[in-house]
Amino acid sequence: MLRKKEWIAMLLAGGQGSRLYALTQNLAKPAVPFGGKYRIIDFPLSNCINSGIDTVGVLTQYQPMVLNEYLGNGQPWDLDRNDGGVFVLPPYQKSSGSDWYTGTANAIYQNINFIERYDPSYVLILSGDHIYKMDYEKMLAYHKEKGADCTIAVLQVPLEEASRFGIMNAYPDGTIYEFEEKPPEPKSNLASMGIYIFTWEKMRKYLIADANDPNSQKDFGKNILPAMLNDNQKMVAYPFEGYWKDVGTIDSLWEANMDLLDPKVPLDLYDDSWKIYSRTPVMPPHYVSNEAEIQNSMITEGCTIDGKVDFSVLFYGVVVEEGAIVRDSIVMPGSVIKKGAVVEYSIIAENSVIGEGAKVGQRPEDAEDRDQWGIAVVGNNVKVGKGAVVPPKAMLDHDVQGVE
Amino acid sequence: MRENKVMGIIFSDMHDSALGALTENRTTASVPFGGRYRLIDFTLSNMVNSDISDIGIITKSNYQSLMDHVGAGRPWDLARKRGGLAIIPPFASHGGLGIYRGRLEALAGALSYIRHNDAKYVMISDSDVIANVDLRDMVKQHIASNAQMTLLYKTITVGPDLKGEDLTLMTLDEETGDVKDIARYASAKGQQNLYLNVLLIEKTLLERMINDAMSHDQYSMVRHCIQPAVGRMTVKGYAFEGYATKIENMNSYFAAHMDLLKPEVRTELFPKDRPVFTKVRDQVSVRYGLSSKVGNSLIADGCIINGEVYNSIIFRGAKIGKDAVVRNCIIMQNTYVGDNAHLEYVISDKDVLIKDSRTLVGYETHPIYISKGDTI
Repeated sequence: MLRKKEWIAMLLAGGQGSRLYALTQNLAKPAVPFGGKYRIIDFPLSNCINSGIDTVGVLTQYQPMVLNEYLGNGQPWDLDRNDGGVFVLPPYQKSSGSDWYTGTANAIYQNINFIERYDPSYVLILSGDHIYKMDYEKMLAYHKEKGADCTIAVLQVPLEEASRFGIMNAYPDGTIYEFEEKPPEPKSNLASMGIYIFTWEKMRKYLIADANDPNSQKDFGKNILPAMLNDNQKMVAYPFEGYWKDVGTIDSLWEANMDLLDPKVPLDLYDDSWKIYSRTPVMPPHYVSNEAEIQNSMITEGCTIDGKVDFSVLFYGVVVEEGAIVRDSIVMPGSVIKKGAVVEYSIIAENSVIGEGAKVGQRPEDAEDRDQWGIAVVGNNVKVGKGAVVPPKAMLDHDVQGVE
Repeated sequence: MRENKVMGIIFSDMHDSALGALTENRTTASVPFGGRYRLIDFTLSNMVNSDISDIGIITKSNYQSLMDHVGAGRPWDLARKRGGLAIIPPFASHGGLGIYRGRLEALAGALSYIRHNDAKYVMISDSDVIANVDLRDMVKQHIASNAQMTLLYKTITVGPDLKGEDLTLMTLDEETGDVKDIARYASAKGQQNLYLNVLLIEKTLLERMINDAMSHDQYSMVRHCIQPAVGRMTVKGYAFEGYATKIENMNSYFAAHMDLLKPEVRTELFPKDRPVFTKVRDQVSVRYGLSSKVGNSLIADGCIINGEVYNSIIFRGAKIGKDAVVRNCIIMQNTYVGDNAHLEYVISDKDVLIKDSRTLVGYETHPIYISKGDTI
């Protein structure tokens, strides 16, 4: 018999991340590299361990191999426990047949047995595509203090952007009276961050009811939360202040990385009291040669820099050869920028090679047509040949021949 | 059980007195090196990368930092149920106090650990050599040549800055590769074979020699074990051709760091298929500010660089202030170099605080050393 736990976390990592295109061809969105040393999932996982949660179920079904290997036994996050720890929970076959996870609520529903092993009083629901540092313990205290059945973390967003989010309309005491998914005319600017704490008993009841409803889309935002609200369950909004960013698109992923270079952005990765943990290969310190020039950038272990790096984030094991320029870009682990190549406003995914003198991306001010401009993306293991040109906004998932 | 299994024994503190201030609060094995490593990482990783997974580390004093570093051995994949890493502190036996006078006597304290292992051979190593050696080749040669002992060596040139009396040198029979003599020659000049203090020996033979030594109150590995065996047993040398350097004193410590700035040395020390493992510290990538200028330097994760850094090694978590200039320096973990400070030929130990606008200039042969935790 396992010991009762006060709370456990369930992390929804099943999303395909189709809006990240070439970056998620062969890995799930939560496994996308971020910030030089991390993968997106490191943020919610580190928040969990830093908040005192020692049991996390990771729900996954799209391209789980990389994520599975990455999480392993959970040791880098201190989640290798005798009682609890991190578990990857893919859909599985049951005596009554097998099902893919058909929605966020369905994914949790299919794992009710997992949750009940720990007999938790509360369950924290997280998603694997947000960059933020948050003390979930404070949110739990709020949940208890308000006597809530469900607490939803909310962030104040500019009112003009509110129609892109799920908006919570709440009384001054935090009690939610209305929930609007992407309202054209938002009444408030409290956006749901996709972070919920449920009192497990209640949640269990609504999950089962939802599973039996043939018309339901099995989604937390669309079905579970509205159903609870209709039944007058106590739902409260927990106001979060600080940095939070959804990195579900190329632009937002690029911006969030660039935010790390802005001292005004309140996401301090150097804070020892709230470390973000990750699994990284052991590499020697990075080497900077006499020819190199580096300005306002982040550079990681195992890199060799002979060229120029400006306003960029370089992950581990990246090589920038002599005369090459990397500007306003993200270069993911193991990629090589050859001599004289120019990379601007781009995301270069893992283990790619940008050939000698090749050009990838462009500054917006140099673009002929600003409407067609965007961040250029070179996918994993792609080779861009010598002298080739990859235009801005390109989404490259195959090799490009060189030009002589 | 694996055939021809090799177990490892590492001495953590055979050179503590030579390293002076660096080993005031730590063993040789745990002296920081190369931006993010400790000296023992090289020996440990060499063994692990050569399929040696039962490793005992012998230690006698100041081993708290060593214990903190190696822990249960997880970074080297040595946290195992069967075998793995063992720390062997002094063990009083046979009326002794457990404080050993030499390697052989230290091994006596580890005899039960050695005896209980099912290995056929024992690889015995110090922890003061920086090299990436595939020890499997040494084992192969040992078996193929029917040797009873094989000694790892490297051919070096004894010049003005390397003194013969500090080095254990070997004379070899050019045809057979047999060791003809091993000693410290004060007068040695030119090309010499430097013993790297790595010995491979059959376990039963080692056990016998330890027992013999104990009954005769002998303690020195070279004097009481290897020297008497030369000529009586098959003692072979195994030549290592790659980059190797011994950390003998503060000057060779400094020189070894400057070697790291050469690309060919890094390629040899850090090959992708034989990584050098070390404790993970979960540091952030290095943040370069708008006014940073860096040339010919190695910089470890977690640093914040706002000033100028040339020909230097910067360890994890160091901060270099605005308009500070750091030249030909070794700046260890969490050192803070204030704005406008000027440092040349400085070795600053961990957690040093150098306040704004301080100037410290040493010389290549006499780098200035700042002790752990000091404020300038």
